[in-house]
Amino acid sequence: MTQNIRRQQPLRDLKVAITGGTSGLGLALVQQFAEAGAAVAFVARDAARLARVAASLPGTHGFPGDVAEKADIYPLAIAIAGALGGLDVLINNASDLGPVPLALLADTECEDLERALATNLVGPFRLTKALLGALAASAREGRGGIVVNISSDAAVTPYPGWGAYGASKAALHHLSRIWQLELVEAGIHVLSHDPGDMDTPLHALAVPDADPALLKSPDDSARELIAAIAAVLPHSLVSSAR
Amino acid sequence: MLAAREAIQRPRDAKLLAVDAAGRITHHNRSALIGLLRPGDLVVANDAATIPASLTGIHEPTAAPIELRLAARATLRPDDISRFSAIVFGAGDWRIRTEDRPPPPPLRRGDRLLLGPLAATIEAILGHARFVSVAFAGSTDAIWAGLARHGRPIQYAHLSQALAPWDVWTRIAGRPAAFEPPSAGFALDWQLLADLSAKGIGFATLTHAAGISSTGEDVLDARLPLDEAYVIPPATVAAIGEAKARGGHVIAIGTTVVRALEHAAGEHAAGRNGGALAAGEGIATGRIGPATPLRIVDAILSGVHEAGTSHFELLGAFAGAEILAAADRALNALGYRTHEFGDSIFLETSGRREGRQPRFAEAGFLSRGK
Repeated sequence: MTQNIRRQQPLRDLKVAITGGTSGLGLALVQQFAEAGAAVAFVARDAARLARVAASLPGTHGFPGDVAEKADIYPLAIAIAGALGGLDVLINNASDLGPVPLALLADTECEDLERALATNLVGPFRLTKALLGALAASAREGRGGIVVNISSDAAVTPYPGWGAYGASKAALHHLSRIWQLELVEAGIHVLSHDPGDMDTPLHALAVPDADPALLKSPDDSARELIAAIAAVLPHSLVSSAR
Repeated sequence: MLAAREAIQRPRDAKLLAVDAAGRITHHNRSALIGLLRPGDLVVANDAATIPASLTGIHEPTAAPIELRLAARATLRPDDISRFSAIVFGAGDWRIRTEDRPPPPPLRRGDRLLLGPLAATIEAILGHARFVSVAFAGSTDAIWAGLARHGRPIQYAHLSQALAPWDVWTRIAGRPAAFEPPSAGFALDWQLLADLSAKGIGFATLTHAAGISSTGEDVLDARLPLDEAYVIPPATVAAIGEAKARGGHVIAIGTTVVRALEHAAGEHAAGRNGGALAAGEGIATGRIGPATPLRIVDAILSGVHEAGTSHFELLGAFAGAEILAAADRALNALGYRTHEFGDSIFLETSGRREGRQPRFAEAGFLSRGK
């Protein structure tokens, strides 16, 4: 019965957490998962903005915090897994561009590189690790157990001027690939997902004069990512139905 | 025995005392745990994450400083987070042993407690001046966020340093549900889970709200363990059925797993769950001891507990007083460390390992000869 409902509405009651959930791709993901009936928790640094988004989407759970801050990780994990009663999908979306405006590596302050690594690599590692038990329980129960780390073509291609961002995303991409191999036995999937060049606040910081018409909308990228997640879900449903 | 003073979950020199079904005692490094398990066995652990259950603040009517230690909750439903039973301490902190802590001001029904970003009201005094039920004000999310930000792990005076949240989360910690860590699970890490899988040993979990371990007063400690909520997932019920059917043993990681599984099995035996070990939520009540039949669990990995504690009494369900006394002597003689970050004991149910016959009918876990 439950399994049939899951096949028709694969996202209903799915427990999803999204970092960087108040703008760009993260906000689009929060909106679309909420519309699809998922139980959504989201994280952002700006508490006022977070409260506005949570108020506009009743039933979602907004928790203020900065994934770059070690002291914020466990409070976030407790609030997320507590409020949702577990976790099926974690999307590490919050990202830091590095120096703004973009700068050559030789002109990049060490602190800007450190901040990019803290937000784009160490933060996702810490939060995933804190929530891995909940994700593993989800996998054992045939519900999900999916981590999505938001990547970029800058993780693979060396673009001059994107050194801090590209190096941090390259490290995150590789971390995702290794963790995927290590966790496959536990039924957890780790996806490294490149959403493409989107019309988002982050892209505007990087390329202020870009023509928005040539950029993807975050809504389209969110739809693609949700489809990629849904494609992984039935596998765990099939294996749990044995 | 010595108290383990450092909050290291998996010290390299952690020891393991094993007692087999014939009562034979052997000593191991705990990293050799997997050698005591056989292909076909099923390891069941408690995946409760630990709520930071120690909240400091003031008792509004008197403005006196207090520490509220959340002790139990009637349900694990994520949206039902406002009501807890709790122990209240007066001034001071964890460096003072709980039995030496000053009492709180006189507590009355209706008193407000201001606890950082949280506010709670005393709803009832639970038969003792320091044991109360409280209700937090605010939305579910505000309460979760407030506990997560303001709460600290319940601390132990025998440790050299204050515990951080990650010190009390096992590697498999999932939903925040426990008030003190299900510390037998500290022995597990992801490498061991991979090794279990490679050896053909199953792994499953349940979530059991391990409650407070010490109140500082004998009269209250005598009421421990409190009633504790648990959830057994359908996948775990299925895995237990499969293990029993193939003659494998069910190995409980910690007393809380025994409490949850045997409570659920007892409900089944009493005919309250329609004839099968039921998945879902329950409330474990009562103490497990020498007179308790073990319907599901064949062996336990536990921390080292001193005679006289409820944890030690629970081991009486696995082995007779003579065997436990011999184990206790061996633990003392070889300096095993007690408490949350201490050494471990592996105890098989007396007389059960021989023959390895499935004790349960394949279909419905109906026990034979119990």
